Amino acid sequence: MPATIVHKNEKPFQRIDVETVTLDIIENAMANARNEMDAVLFRTAMSPGIREQGDAFPMIANHEGKMVVGQFGSFITGFIQSYAGTIEEGDIFLTNDPYMCDGAVSHLPDWLVMVPIFKGGRLINWAAMFGHMSDVGGKVPGSLPTDAKTIFEEGIRIPPLKIYKNGELNSDVLDLILHNVRVPRWNKADFNAIVAACRTAGKRCVELAERFGDDTYISALQMMLERNYVAMREIIRMVVPESKQSFEDYICDDGAGLGPYTIRCTMWREGDKAIFDFAGTDPQAPSSVNFYLNEEMFKMFFGAFTINLFDPSILFNDGFYDLVDVRIPQGSILKPNFPAALSCRTHLLGRIFDVMGGLLGQGTPDAMSAAGFSDSPHFMYSGYDENDEWFQLFQIGFGGIPGRPVGDGVDGHSLWPGFTNVPNEFIEAYFPLRIETYESIPDSGGAGKHRGGNGIRVGYRLLAKGEISIHDDRWLTYPWGVNGGDPGQRSRKILKKTNGEEIILPSKCDNIKVEKGDLVIFDTWGGGGWGDPLERDLGAMSADIKRGLISVDGARRFGVVADANGVIDEAATEQLRASMKDSRTEALPLFNRGGTIAEIKARALAETGLEAPATPVWER
Amino acid sequence: MSYRLGVDVGGTFTDLLLINDDTGATYTAKVPSTPKDSSIGVLNGIEKICRTSGVDPKEIRKVMHGTTVATNAILTRKGAKVGLVTTKGYKQVLHIARSFVPGGLGGWVIFQKGELLATLEHTIEANERIAADGSVVTALDKDAIRRDLEVLRDKGIEALTVSLINAYSNGEHEQEIAAIAGEVMPNVPVSISSDVVPEMQEYERTETTVVNSYVRPEVSKYIANLERELKARLADDVELSILRSDGGLSACDSAADTPVNLLLSGPAGGVAGATYFCSRGGFDKVLTFDVGGTSTDVALIENGSARLRRETRVGDIAVRAPSVDVRTIGAGGGSIAFVPELTKALRVGPDSAGAEPGPAAYNKGGELPTTTDANVVLGYLPANQKLGGDMQVRKDLAEAAVQKVADAMGISLYEAAEGIVRIANEHMFGALRLISVEQGYDPREFALCGFGGAGPLHANALGMLMNAWPVIVPPAPGVLCAYGDATTRVKDEASRSLIKGFSKISDQEVLKILEQLTEQVQSSLARQDIPRDQQSIVWQADLRYQGQALLLTQDVDPEALREQGSQLLSKSFDAEHEQLFSFALEEEHELVNLRAIARAPRPNIAEKQFGSEKRELESARIGESEIYFQGKHYNALHYNRDLLTPGHRIQGPAIVLEMDSTTVILPGYEANVDKVGNLLIQPEHGGKE
Repeated sequence: MPATIVHKNEKPFQRIDVETVTLDIIENAMANARNEMDAVLFRTAMSPGIREQGDAFPMIANHEGKMVVGQFGSFITGFIQSYAGTIEEGDIFLTNDPYMCDGAVSHLPDWLVMVPIFKGGRLINWAAMFGHMSDVGGKVPGSLPTDAKTIFEEGIRIPPLKIYKNGELNSDVLDLILHNVRVPRWNKADFNAIVAACRTAGKRCVELAERFGDDTYISALQMMLERNYVAMREIIRMVVPESKQSFEDYICDDGAGLGPYTIRCTMWREGDKAIFDFAGTDPQAPSSVNFYLNEEMFKMFFGAFTINLFDPSILFNDGFYDLVDVRIPQGSILKPNFPAALSCRTHLLGRIFDVMGGLLGQGTPDAMSAAGFSDSPHFMYSGYDENDEWFQLFQIGFGGIPGRPVGDGVDGHSLWPGFTNVPNEFIEAYFPLRIETYESIPDSGGAGKHRGGNGIRVGYRLLAKGEISIHDDRWLTYPWGVNGGDPGQRSRKILKKTNGEEIILPSKCDNIKVEKGDLVIFDTWGGGGWGDPLERDLGAMSADIKRGLISVDGARRFGVVADANGVIDEAATEQLRASMKDSRTEALPLFNRGGTIAEIKARALAETGLEAPATPVWER
Repeated sequence: MSYRLGVDVGGTFTDLLLINDDTGATYTAKVPSTPKDSSIGVLNGIEKICRTSGVDPKEIRKVMHGTTVATNAILTRKGAKVGLVTTKGYKQVLHIARSFVPGGLGGWVIFQKGELLATLEHTIEANERIAADGSVVTALDKDAIRRDLEVLRDKGIEALTVSLINAYSNGEHEQEIAAIAGEVMPNVPVSISSDVVPEMQEYERTETTVVNSYVRPEVSKYIANLERELKARLADDVELSILRSDGGLSACDSAADTPVNLLLSGPAGGVAGATYFCSRGGFDKVLTFDVGGTSTDVALIENGSARLRRETRVGDIAVRAPSVDVRTIGAGGGSIAFVPELTKALRVGPDSAGAEPGPAAYNKGGELPTTTDANVVLGYLPANQKLGGDMQVRKDLAEAAVQKVADAMGISLYEAAEGIVRIANEHMFGALRLISVEQGYDPREFALCGFGGAGPLHANALGMLMNAWPVIVPPAPGVLCAYGDATTRVKDEASRSLIKGFSKISDQEVLKILEQLTEQVQSSLARQDIPRDQQSIVWQADLRYQGQALLLTQDVDPEALREQGSQLLSKSFDAEHEQLFSFALEEEHELVNLRAIARAPRPNIAEKQFGSEKRELESARIGESEIYFQGKHYNALHYNRDLLTPGHRIQGPAIVLEMDSTTVILPGYEANVDKVGNLLIQPEHGGKE
C-alpha cells in the first residue's frame, strides 16, 4: 500500500513547454543546489568519515520522486510505494534498513534522510542524502562485523520513520537511536548536518519555483529527465550490442573461509532496451559481505559510467531508467534473503564497477580501462587511550587507478568521487598512533602501454593497546590487465609486533589484539595495465624510474633496461623487447587475470602466506 | 606637492592612477602590458602618465602595486625548479595529493593529473620525526640531510621547500635543515612550512610552501628590478608596496619572501577599488563582480571591508594563504557558446576565445560565438564603441557567429543572442549566490557593483536576478584595480595554531598569546615607519566545534575579550553557525588559530571635485541605436560618461560609453549619478509604480 501524500492544495501541475534557455538555467541551478548540499554537509559534519572522506551522497528528486540531480538516486519512488503512512509538509524521514527501502542504502551505517519539499501546499520536490556513520552499535566498533550471520548483529535498525513531524524533531526516537551507538556525538552532528543539507536544497527548490512559476519549474524538471532519456538512448545503442555478452569478476573471500564468489553479468539489447542479467552469480554468503543491490542503483552506475566515456558535461539523472532492465537472482550474493548480514558490502559495491568495465569494454576494447581500485578497504582501530578515553578510528584506503585509454593510471587515488584521505596530522593529533609511512608502492601497478597506478603503503605505529579490524579484498584474485596489459599487484597486510614477530593478517578480520608499539603495514593493490607493456613510451619509463615509481628490476616487465637514475640503455632495451616479443607463443589476451581461479588458489599459500578459501556452492 | 601612484598589471593592459596627496586630483593612463617582463609596461605607463598629467616624476613618493607575476608563474607553469625536503615516509605527499579524484562517479576514467610543482626526483626525505604534540620522537640526522641536500644542489634546484610532518607544532627541525641548506646552497632561497603557514594538514601546508618557493625567484627578481628602476626615476625616497591577496599592502621585502600571499593581488585591487567608491557613495554592504575576457571574479563586502578566507585558488592549485574571498568562474566576454549534439542544450563556457583569436566581433580571426558577440548582436555593445583604444566592433561578424547557435537550436538570431547572455548571466548569478546566499547573507540587503571591461554590460541584468539594488557602476570601471592599489592601507598579521578545546586553555593563556602576536605585528609596522599610536589592532580567533572540519573566523575587539573572556568567542561562533547552517550544537568549542592584525591609517585622499557648473543631460548625449531585450526591440540613447555629473538621471533603455567600458541601462530602469560619480541603477521610480 503506497503512502498517502497530503496536499493542502490539490491543484494539479500543468505541463507547459519550457523554452530551452530557461530549461538550461534551471538545470544549472539544480546542479548548484546539489553542490550546495555537499558544501553544507562537509562543513558541519563531525565524523572523519563524512567530514574528511566525503562518504555521503546527496540527491534532489522531482515531485514524483525521480532523481533530477545526484549520484546514487533513485529510491524515493520505491519509498513512496512501500511506506504505509502519510507524507506531509514538515515531515523528515530517516531510515537505515536496506530491507525496508529496497536497498536504497545497502548497510546499516548509511543513514538515509528524505525530505519532502512543499510549496503552497503542494509537494514539488524531494531532497535526500545518505551518509556513512562511523558507528551504529552492533557487535564490533565501527559496526562492520565480518563474521555477522544476520543483520541483527550489525547495529540498530531504523525502519523508515518520521524523525521530524510537522517540523518538530521526534527527540525521543533520536535519543533511543543515539543510545545504541558508541560515539553518539558524531552521529548527532552528522545527522544534523545531513538534515541541514537537505533543507538547504529545499529552500533552493522553492526559490526556483517562485522565480519561474510552479508549472514552468515542474515542467522543466520533467524535461531534464527527458533530455537524459534521449541522450542515454543514443549511448545504449552505441555501447550495448544486440548479441549477448558476459563477464565475470570476483570478491576473493567472505571472511568466513569461502571464496572466491563470482559475480556474473550478461548484457544485451532488445530494441532500445538494455538488459543486464546477473544469472550465474554466486549464492549469498554466510557472513556480512553480501550486497543488497538496488536495481535502480545499478542503472545509475551504468549511466554514470558510460556518460563519462562519451559526454561528461551532461547533468545526470533518472530519466533513462525505463531503457534499462536489471535482473538479479533472489538469494544470490547481490540479493540475499532477509535477515542476511550486509555490513561489509563495500567490496562488492566497488567490484561492480570492474564487472561493468569488463562487460561494456568487450565490444569497444579501445575504450576499456583495466581493473581499478574497486573497493574502499577499511582499517579500524579502537580502545582506550592513556587518559582512559575511548577512541575509535575508521580509515578508508586508496590504491591504483587502472591503465586507461587516456593514459597511465594515477598512483594511490580513489575510485569514488570526492573521497579524500583524512590528513595524517589530524589523525595523529586525535588518535594514539603515528603514521610512519605514506607512499605508493613501486611496481605495484600492472605493466602496460599505459601502466596501472601503484597501490599505497600506510605504516601505522600504534601507541595504545586496543583492537584492529581490517576489511579488504583482491588479496587472492588479481586486478586484471586489458588489451595485453599485466594485472596489478595484490593487497597485503602485516602486523609487526614489538618482539619482532610478523603476522600476515587475513584480508577480512575483526578483534585483532594489538599492543602499544605494534606496527601495521597496510598495502593496497595496484591498478591493472592497459595495452602491450613493450610499447610503453621510454620517456615515461625514464621519469617513473627517476621518481621511484618503477624500480630498475620492475622496468624489465616493460622490456626496459635502465639504471637507477632512469637512464635507459636503448640498445639493450630494443634487444630485450625483441626477445620478449619473440618468446610470446600466442596473441596477448584481452583480459589478463594472472591465471585461472584454480591456478591462483593452488599458488595462494606460497605467494600470499594465507590459505586459499573453499569454493562456495548453492544449496538447493 | 607629493603624489601616490597605483599600478595594476593585468593580462592585456597595465592601468595607472596618479593621485595628488593634497588636492585629491587624479590622472589615469592605460598602456599595453608586457607579459615577458611586466616592469617594462609599468615604466612605460609611468612615462605616459607623467607626460599627460605634467607631473614631475620626482614628486611621486609612494607606489602601490597589484601584480600578477606570481599568478602567471603558476598559470603558465614557468616557476622555479623547486627542491622539497619531507619527513621520511612522506616523500609522495604531493604525488598522492590526498587521493582526490575530481568529477562525478566514474570521474577517474578521464582524470589527468598535472605535473607536480616540486617533482619526485627533486624530493628528498629527512630522517627525523616530531610528534603531534611537538615533542621530538627522532632527532634530525644532520649528516644524512647534508649529503642529500648536496645532491639536490647538484641537480640545479632554484628554490627549496622544507615541510616536515607536525612542523606546525614544532618548527625546530625545519629551521635546522634551513640552516644546513644555507651552507650547502647559499644562493638558493629556502621556504619552511612552519614559517609560511604554521597550520595542521601536511598536504596543504606542503603545497602552500612549495608554491611559495615556486614563484619566489621570479617575484623577487621582478620586485628588485622594479624597485631599482623606480628609485632611479621617481622621488629618491620612493616606497614601493605590493598589494597582497588579502587586500593589505606589504613592504616589498616581505612580499618577496612570501610571494604565496600575492597570488590574488590583482583581484584584491579590484575589490579594494570597489570598496573605495561604494563606501564613499554610502554603501558598505556590496556584492562585487568583475567581468574580464575569460572569467568573472565575485566578492562580498560587509561593513566596508571585503570578506576574507584562508584559502587561495589559482587554476587547479589551492594554497592555505589568506585572500579576499574572490570566487572565479569561467564566464567572461570571451566565453564560447555551443550546442552539444546529444542534448541540444545551450552551453556557454568554460572554454574561452581569450585575447587571441578573441570574439568574432573583434575581427582577429575568431569565428566561434562568444558572450561579447551576443552583446554586440543585442546592441548592448554598440558598433561605435572603441574597445580598449582602437579596436573596432564588427557587428556583421558577431551576427554570423551567433547565427550558428541559432541554427543549431532552430531559433532566431536575437533569441539565440539573448539566450547566450542569459546563460552567461546565470553563471555569474551562480557565483554571486555562492558568496552571498550560500554564506547565509541575503542579497536583497546588498548593493551590487559591476566593473572590469564587461561588468557594466551585465550589471543591470544581474541586479534583476539578484534583486540587489542599487546596481553601482563606479567611475573608471576599467581601471578600478589601480584605484584599489592606490587607496589601500598597510597591514600585517601574525597567527598561531593551537587546536585546543576551550576547557584545555585559560583566558589568561589566550590573552598572553594574542598580546605576543600583537607585539610582533606592531613592531613590523613600526619598522615601516608607521608609529604605534597610529596603528589599529584587530584580534581574530578561528573556531569550530571539536571534531568539525570547518573554521569560522571571529573578529574580536581586544577590550571586549579582556573583559568577557573566551565565552565572547563561543557566543559569536554559535550565532554565526546558526546563521550559516540553521543549527548550533552543544559541543565543546575548539580554538584552532589566534591572530593579530595591525593596520596603518587609511591614506588621506581628498574627494574629487566636480566643477560647480551644472550641465544639461542633453549635452552628454552622443547618439542612439537599437537594442533587443526580452523579445522586443527598443531605441536606446547613448551618453558619454565623461560628461555626466552628479544629479543627472538617465532613463533606460540607454547606453553609457567611456574609454574602456560600456554600461547598459535596460528598459524600465534608470541610472542616477551620485556625488562621487557612481552610476546607481535601479528600477524606475525606485521600483514603485
